[in-house]
Amino acid sequence: MSTAAWQVDAVVRAAEEGEGYKNPGVGDFWQPLFGGEGAFAITRPSIVIMLSVAILSVLLLAFTKRLSVVPSRKQLATESTYGLVRNGLGRDIIGSHDFLKFVPLLFTMFVLILLNNLFSVIPPIQYPTMSRVAFPAALALVVFVVYHLVGFRKHGVVGYFKSIIPAGLSIGLAIPIFFLELVTDLFTRPVTLALRLFGNMFAGHLLLVLFISGGEYLLLEGAGALKLAGVASLFMAFVMTVFEILVQVLQAYIFTLLTALYIAGAVADEH
Amino acid sequence: MEGNIAILGYGLSAIGPGIGVGLIFAAYINGVARQPEARGMLQPIAFLGFALAEALAIFGLALAFVFR
Repeated sequence: MSTAAWQVDAVVRAAEEGEGYKNPGVGDFWQPLFGGEGAFAITRPSIVIMLSVAILSVLLLAFTKRLSVVPSRKQLATESTYGLVRNGLGRDIIGSHDFLKFVPLLFTMFVLILLNNLFSVIPPIQYPTMSRVAFPAALALVVFVVYHLVGFRKHGVVGYFKSIIPAGLSIGLAIPIFFLELVTDLFTRPVTLALRLFGNMFAGHLLLVLFISGGEYLLLEGAGALKLAGVASLFMAFVMTVFEILVQVLQAYIFTLLTALYIAGAVADEH
Repeated sequence: MEGNIAILGYGLSAIGPGIGVGLIFAAYINGVARQPEARGMLQPIAFLGFALAEALAIFGLALAFVFR
């Protein structure tokens, strides 16, 4: 990746020398549209996530309206996505006994996150909703509530706290392990779940913004050889876009995988 | 030279997860190469390990922006 490092260097140097170019940063992701600038402003990501819910509802309803034994291409795509979540994530991880009631949650999480992530590169939307930390935090909160609730329901409150200790430990070892597991369950899991999705989408989109806006600036304002660096930067933007699509699909998969794993841990008979 | 040392911290925090993710996928590829039918079982485990290792780098990134 030495060429990439060199290009970033070139962009940064150009930014330091010229007045015109401003490095993209966190501030660029704050885009209120209606309702002022305050905490209750309707921002671009909130419009995008509403749009994604509308698109998903319409598409899923339309693609599954006339089901046939020999599926059309759209029905096949919907069914294979559902099959991936139901079998690959639900049944294999939660277990065939009680996975079915969690499949709607898992499928909703998967398609919602997937579409919102893909919006990062779909023109004219081009905004990954999950690059504002509130959205992944809300999704992680839902998962947090669900896996603790099913744990309480399955084991009872005391039994659930007991079930997080691995079986067969002496009392001296069980107490520190209990607190470690408690911190993991109550703090580390939801925080990493939200931050992982947020960090990937934010960093990936920031990289795209940097390469594209930097490339454009170098191409239009740069002198001589810097124009070449601008072309190279735009090419890197293309390569990173392809890489980002991979990351977006992967992150939707990982979020759903971890959701399934946490639920599986809560409903498991023993730790 | 201008800049923020928090970004350096992010660079440092990315070293460990970088090595870790490499090791995880190396082990996954090894496993699938030796026993291709185990792929379905290994895949979620590999991605789980990847997600856990990557979380450290993501913490580094988040903290780099928090402490800037």
